[in-house]
Order: sequence, then structure tokens, then C-alpha cells
Amino acid sequence: MLTVKNLTKVFGGFTAVSSVDFSVEKGEILGLIGPNGSGKSTIFNMLSGVHFPTTGSINFNNKELSGLYPHVICNLGIGRTFQIPRPFKRLSILENAALAGYFGSNKQISKSEAWSNAEEALSLVGLSSVANEEIATLGAAGLKKLELGKALATRPSLLLADESLGGLDHSEMDQAAQMLKNIRDELDITIIWVEHIMGVLMKVVDRVMVLDSGKKIAEGSPLEVTKDKKVIEVYLGSDAEESSEAAKR
Amino acid sequence: MNNKNFIGFLAVFLCLLPLIGVKGYPLHIVITILIWSFAYTGWSIMGRFGLVSLGHGAFMAMGGYITALLWNYFGMSPWLGIPIALTITGILALIVAYPCFKFRIVGHYFALVTLALSEVVRQVIIATRDYTGGSLGYTPEPHGEGWSIYAIQFPDDRMVFLYIAVFTWLVGIIIWKIIDGSMSRYALEAISEDEDASSAIGVKVTKEKLKITILSAVMTAFAGALYCQYQMFISPDTIGGVGISLQIVFAVVVGGIYSALGPTVGAIITLFLAEILRISIGTATVNLTENLTINAAGFPLFIYGIMLIGFIIFLPKGIVGGLSDFISKKGETSLNAKSSNAK
Repeated sequence: MLTVKNLTKVFGGFTAVSSVDFSVEKGEILGLIGPNGSGKSTIFNMLSGVHFPTTGSINFNNKELSGLYPHVICNLGIGRTFQIPRPFKRLSILENAALAGYFGSNKQISKSEAWSNAEEALSLVGLSSVANEEIATLGAAGLKKLELGKALATRPSLLLADESLGGLDHSEMDQAAQMLKNIRDELDITIIWVEHIMGVLMKVVDRVMVLDSGKKIAEGSPLEVTKDKKVIEVYLGSDAEESSEAAKR
Repeated sequence: MNNKNFIGFLAVFLCLLPLIGVKGYPLHIVITILIWSFAYTGWSIMGRFGLVSLGHGAFMAMGGYITALLWNYFGMSPWLGIPIALTITGILALIVAYPCFKFRIVGHYFALVTLALSEVVRQVIIATRDYTGGSLGYTPEPHGEGWSIYAIQFPDDRMVFLYIAVFTWLVGIIIWKIIDGSMSRYALEAISEDEDASSAIGVKVTKEKLKITILSAVMTAFAGALYCQYQMFISPDTIGGVGISLQIVFAVVVGGIYSALGPTVGAIITLFLAEILRISIGTATVNLTENLTINAAGFPLFIYGIMLIGFIIFLPKGIVGGLSDFISKKGETSLNAKSSNAK
């Protein structure tokens, strides 16, 4: 479904992402993890058209995405959420989703169709009961759900979920992870999930890709990856060092 | 009475004015208000989405001058001249706005670019004074004696222009309402908050902004052309330049930027304010003491400035918006009072 080859992004003299290859199969949930600054968000921004790749190709259903604008990519069927929720505060919750439904769909749809898509998307993320409320009434978890609802209202075939769970407590995290799984199972939407928090992610994803300093260092099933030496060194190991240092003090 | 019925009623009432004996100066005031209302409505359809243009004086001047120049030099009827003027103005708006939107020139910077446009068009009119009459103004040639539908000239008969103005004003309100109920309105509200997030859900940011800007510019140009045909005299300072651009912003902010009738109320207030200031102060110099004389010509602008600041701080929704908020709040409290009495 999505094939990325030799993807590289250079900002000035800094290489944020360097020759990363990966692919995503239809119906799969791919986890994308790595420490801060490892290039996860840069890859995301290239997939969604915010940044253009310096070199490399992104092939989505036999269509080249690099160089296309975000709204075009959205219309091709790739929905995204933002790490920090970016709702439109002057619109109600339902209006936010309806806007996404109307403009994000890959075909011209009627106003009423956009509204019903929006209601459907909000019921999937559990915001139906507050649909007509203002954005200010939503807490951190609610805003995350709305991000997801907006992306779903565009009727994507591939969903890019950016750090969906930052700022949530444990039960909210499990709930949100389950929600992504349900979206895949029920709507047949392929998902790429970027996350800091490894524990929750590992329970849901089919495959994990680990990034460090802009390079791919490991890829495989959650079980394989957690046993990978490099990953332990980079990801878990640095944590272990920190905690041992903290213990010395 | 709901808003729609009220506007319809108002339109019919205005059309009946000559039949109940309103003529001369009062009728002139009504027509002027209606023409300006249309220009202000044109500005407000983009201004309400944070696209603050200080260049609408330029669009208005282009509408008036191009129509008049085509008539005087080529004998082209305004029936053809006005559409050409509107097309040229639309193209100018596109040329100015496209790079602005493409390169994310927003907010204050957009206001500054458009401010420059006001002055550029004014300077062009003054520099080509051999053709346009420069700052002394310009008059379309009268087409024979009396009425001419071909030239859209109706000297000494305000009734025809009243009907044209009422119709135009009504069309302006209808355009406002159509936009208010469209999906583009939601898109533009979203764009005014966060362009990246709008783009991420598939909104064509540049296209949406261009559409509203061109429509707004064309509406304002039409008001300029109509003003020219009605007054049979235009000058860079009466329908163009920074002064008119600021007057447009002032009127809409005072009247109400988020209400269909806001620009109309703004037009009524600015016109009466201008007339009152003109009569009470005029453009004369004022002798404060024997040695201190000030020129009062800039005084109205000073008053506008103070009022504009006051409105932005204390009544950001303008008179119409503030009033309807007040009424709905009062309605709520009286309802609450009733329900608590019932308990």
C-alpha cells in the first residue's frame, strides 16, 4: 500500500532523516518508535506533505506523494493527527469533523453527506454525546479523540497517528490503543502509529520500526524488536543508564 | 419578526420612500448609504475571516475610474464597461493576493501589502492626470439631455437610482447570507485559526482565500462604478486611497463585522458622522489663540481613529453584534427569571 524508498530530509546542515526504507501492507498497524529527535515526526511530515523530501520516493497505491501538498495527500486518502491537538476553536466539535468530512473526502460530496460522515466519525471516537459542544469543553483526552475524529471524517484508507497518547493517564491510554485497533478491525483502515510510549504500542501493533538519529535501526514484530541489541542500547539502554545514574545520586 | 422578513420589509419600505414624498437631499442620503453599504458588505465577507485588507479603496477607485474612462474615451456603454472594470479589478486582486497567500503573508503583513495597493492606485490616478483629471477628479461625459439607459445616467431623477441601489444592497446581503451558510465559511474560519491544520484535513487554503478575496474586490469595485454613475463625479480621495480604505474598515467594525446588517449600520453611522463633522467643523482652520491656528481638515479622521480603537476594545462585534448579544442575553435572563418563579 505504501512503499517508502531512500527517504532523506536535510534541514540546512542537519540530516533529520537519512535513507530510510519501509513499506506498509494493507490492513496492518505499523508502530514507529524512537527517542526524541530521531526523525519520527519528520517522516510523518513528509508522508503528509508538510515537508518535501530532500531525496527519496514515497509511493502510495502506485502514486508518488513527494512534492504534493497536504490537502492533495489528504484527498488521496491519507488522514493524519497532530502530536499537539490542533482543533478549530471557533467551530463546534461537530463542525470541526464536518469540515474535515466535506473537504477531506477524496470525492465531491454533498453537505449533508459531510455532516453524516462527521457524526459517524465522532461516534467511532466516542464524542457523539458532546458533538454540539464548544472545543473549550474538551480535556486532553477529548482533544486527542477529536484529532482522530477529524482524521477519520476524511474517510482515509491510511491513518497517520502522531503520538496519540502523550498526556493521557493509563486507563485513557489503553482505551485509546484499543480504539486504534478497532478502527483497523472495523473500518479496514491501515495505520502508522508514532509513539514515545512503547508499552501500550507493543500490545496493539503488528510490526514495529525503530528509528535513531534519522536512521532505521530495527524492524520486526514487537517481540523481535524488544530483544534487538541495538534497540535496547539506544532506546531502553539510555533509560537504564539514566536511572542507574539517578540511583547513584 | 425574523431577520429575513425584516430585510425584505426594509427593502420594500425603501422602494416606497419616493411615493410618500421623500425626495431631494434625504433621498440622496439614502442612496449614498445603500451604495456604501454594498462596498462595506464586500469588505466584510473577507474581513470577518481575519483577512484585513486596507486596499479596498483601490478596488473601489478602479471600478469607478475604469468604467468612466471606457465611456469617455471609447464611448463604451457602462453595461459593458462595468463588467470589464470588475474583471480587471478581479485580476488585480488575484495578482496581489496570490503571492501573499502562497507565501503566507497574513495578518498585519497582509494589511500592509494591501495598504500599499491603495496608495499605488491613487498615485497612478494622479500621475496620469492628463487622462484621469488627477486629484481634481473626473466626470463621465453626459450622454445628451436627461435620461439614458444606454449610458446608465439618470440626472435629476433619484428614483431610478434608488431602485438600483436598493436592489444592489439586497444582493449584497444575499451574498453575505449565502457565504454565511456555506462550507467555505467553516473552511475560512478554520484557515483564520490554523492554516496547516486546515490543509491537513483537505482544505485548499490558497484557493479558498483567493475565492473570497476576488469576490470581495469585485463587489467593492461594483460599488465604485455605481457611485460614479450616480454622482457623475469621482476623485481619488472620494472613492479611493488610504482614507477610503480606512473608512471601509471603520464602518464595518463599528456596524458589526459578523452580522449581515452590520455594514449597513456602519454606513449609516459613518455617513451621519461625516455630515455632522462637516457641518460643525468643516474644513476651516480654527484659531485657538492669536498665535495658534490649527487646520481642522484632519479632525474627522482623528475622531474615526479614537472611535475605532474604542470599538475594537469595548464592542468587537460592532453595534449590531453587540446589540443582538445584549438582546439574547436579556431574553435568557428573563426566561431564567420565569422558570425560577415557576419553582
